[in-house]
Amino acid sequence: MIYTRKLILDVLKPHQPNALEFCRGIATAGGDYQVRLLVIEMDEKTETVQLVIKGEAIDFESVQSAIEGLGGSLHSIDEVEVCSETETAETL
Amino acid sequence: MRLLSQIGFLLELTRSHDIVRRYFVVNGFDGALTMLGLIIGFQISESSDLRVVTNACLGATIALGMSGLSSAYVSESAERKRALNKLEKAMITDLQDSAHGTAARGIPVLIAVVNGSAPLIISLLIMLPLFAANNDIELPIPPLIAATVIALLLIFLLGVFLGRVAAVPWFRSGAQTLLLAIATAALIYLIAG
Repeated sequence: MIYTRKLILDVLKPHQPNALEFCRGIATAGGDYQVRLLVIEMDEKTETVQLVIKGEAIDFESVQSAIEGLGGSLHSIDEVEVCSETETAETL
Repeated sequence: MRLLSQIGFLLELTRSHDIVRRYFVVNGFDGALTMLGLIIGFQISESSDLRVVTNACLGATIALGMSGLSSAYVSESAERKRALNKLEKAMITDLQDSAHGTAARGIPVLIAVVNGSAPLIISLLIMLPLFAANNDIELPIPPLIAATVIALLLIFLLGVFLGRVAAVPWFRSGAQTLLLAIATAALIYLIAG
């Protein structure tokens, strides 16, 4: 079994919901997610943010669905950290 | 509870708290003043048939409610669609299935309900003495006078509510709206009386 422990995503989002509400919305996609948001660029109606999500077993589809549900658009997966059931971590 | 938190989230997302409050006060005030005008008009004309007065007021109440409901829905719906289209252009993506899409469809309904129910509820409250009199319930004062007093009280309370919003003394803002109502009544007496 392979578990995703960490994701770094490049996301374009509207100004609303704000960073805090956006992180909360994504955190509710999983039971133990830690979400960190860094604003990279700010435009008139949108902002590009970097999302760092950590968890024991991140469900990428539910994270993506939460992002889209909040009006965001996933641009790229910049970094992932996964590990097998034997807890051997590998970074791609 | 979940529905309430969803509504709260959509209001926060679209920053619509102020608009909902404004619609409530504006149309509530419209309803109260219209009823006040109607009732004073009937007092001046000394119409003795209370059923005619009640039906005329009820007709105006329903019309005010429907007008508030439909006008707010049509205008807000157009505004929200426009805002969503702009956001979709900026995001270069379809937002119909996102919270923004839900808000663009749901917030106009909420605003329309507030805009329609504010004059409806306020007018029905003002009409309570008329309903009571029609059902042979004894009132200490004539029903039209009682309805006028309720109308003035509700207008005062709307002013108090505005005072709390603006963080100014409640008595002053209440007195301001009450003064407007009295001025309206005076105008009606002057012109029609």
